[in-house]
Amino acid sequence: MPTLTFELVTADRVVLQEEGVDMVVAPGADGVLGILPRHVPLITTLQPGELRVKRGGDETSLIVTGGFMEVTPEKVLVLADAAERSDEVDLARAEEARRRAEERLAGSRETVDAARADAALRRAMVRIRVGQRRRSSGRVRDDRG
Amino acid sequence: MPSERDIRTRIRSVRNVSQITRAMEMVAASKMRRAQQRVGASRPYSERLRAMLADVAAMASGADAQEYPLLRQRPVRRVEVILVTGERGLAGSLNSNIIRRATRFLVDEMESQHVEAQLITVGRKGRDFMRRYQREIVAEFIAIGDRPTLADVTPIARIAMDDYISERVDAVYIAYTRYVNTLTQRPELVKILPIEPPEERQKGKYGEYLFEPSPEAVLEQILPRFVEISVYQAILESIASYYSAQMVAMRNATDNAKTVVSELRLALNKARQTRITNEVAEISAGANALGEVAG
Repeated sequence: MPTLTFELVTADRVVLQEEGVDMVVAPGADGVLGILPRHVPLITTLQPGELRVKRGGDETSLIVTGGFMEVTPEKVLVLADAAERSDEVDLARAEEARRRAEERLAGSRETVDAARADAALRRAMVRIRVGQRRRSSGRVRDDRG
Repeated sequence: MPSERDIRTRIRSVRNVSQITRAMEMVAASKMRRAQQRVGASRPYSERLRAMLADVAAMASGADAQEYPLLRQRPVRRVEVILVTGERGLAGSLNSNIIRRATRFLVDEMESQHVEAQLITVGRKGRDFMRRYQREIVAEFIAIGDRPTLADVTPIARIAMDDYISERVDAVYIAYTRYVNTLTQRPELVKILPIEPPEERQKGKYGEYLFEPSPEAVLEQILPRFVEISVYQAILESIASYYSAQMVAMRNATDNAKTVVSELRLALNKARQTRITNEVAEISAGANALGEVAG
């Protein structure tokens, strides 16, 4: 059975590189995408959200804050603006970021600022949502050590 | 001829200096290693983004038809130069080389063509120099540190893009020091706006790509990223260059101090020898004189 190579890269490091991946679930521009091997070539922008990489019975969950994804039949390449593993999310920091963004959103009338605050708010919400779920389920594989 | 005491004092002071330059060499060496790693770590992203941009630009309709503000070419009447220098000196000719490169560009290539120029300076040295020569500086960034994140440098790219899109300038260049290896750093000046999409695309390997939401929308998002990454890379390279130049400069200073110390040591020994010889000569002359009187 064919599998995928998966690569998640940010501006300052290669976050995850994995062979033999069975499925990737990503927050695409037009909704959540499930990518299986032999997918048609695709380039899409990403929304802030959860990105899941399944291999055998294991699943790695990551949070991306936006970026791009290029899919070819044997490879998935994600160029993320920022990415972190779901089990590394700092919930307190995310809450703090959400609070700040909400404040700014309430206070600002300028559209640029509002758009930025809105984007920050959405990123914080994703972090909190995914972070909490991961923490309670504890299903995340840890292959760091 | 300086006295022995003077020479001893000088030896001591040169030694103190060499201890400092030696310490600075070691600090610079460790910072250089980390800066080098950062340059390496940022390469995968920029290479892949570049390849993706090539693919997308080839597919997006009107990519060459001036439809995207960041790709739009127009007659150049005013340019912007982002000048990346070190915060401090003590790095050999690094700062003056890049400043000279930028100045030559401003004078020989721009002014002679009656093109106006404005500057964004990154690093204290470039800012001070350009201020002294009363160049127009529209923005300055100092103390961005040894390990800037992409988010730290995006404001620089944003200003450049704003100036370009609003047509305040018709082209943007970045002057930085490319890190080749520990001994070689090359001043470079490259155009970052308008973007000229790379063409090294692996055509037809996978046939046509699907785009979500559309090739145009993807391109619109990739372009600003590409500018940000270009600026980020240039700054990382400059930081690595700065510390390697500093390390080499400090090593030379330390070696130099060693030579000076050994020369001074020689002078000191000669002076002592001369003094002793003189003393012995005086004593024996005195003894001779006494002997003559007695005999």
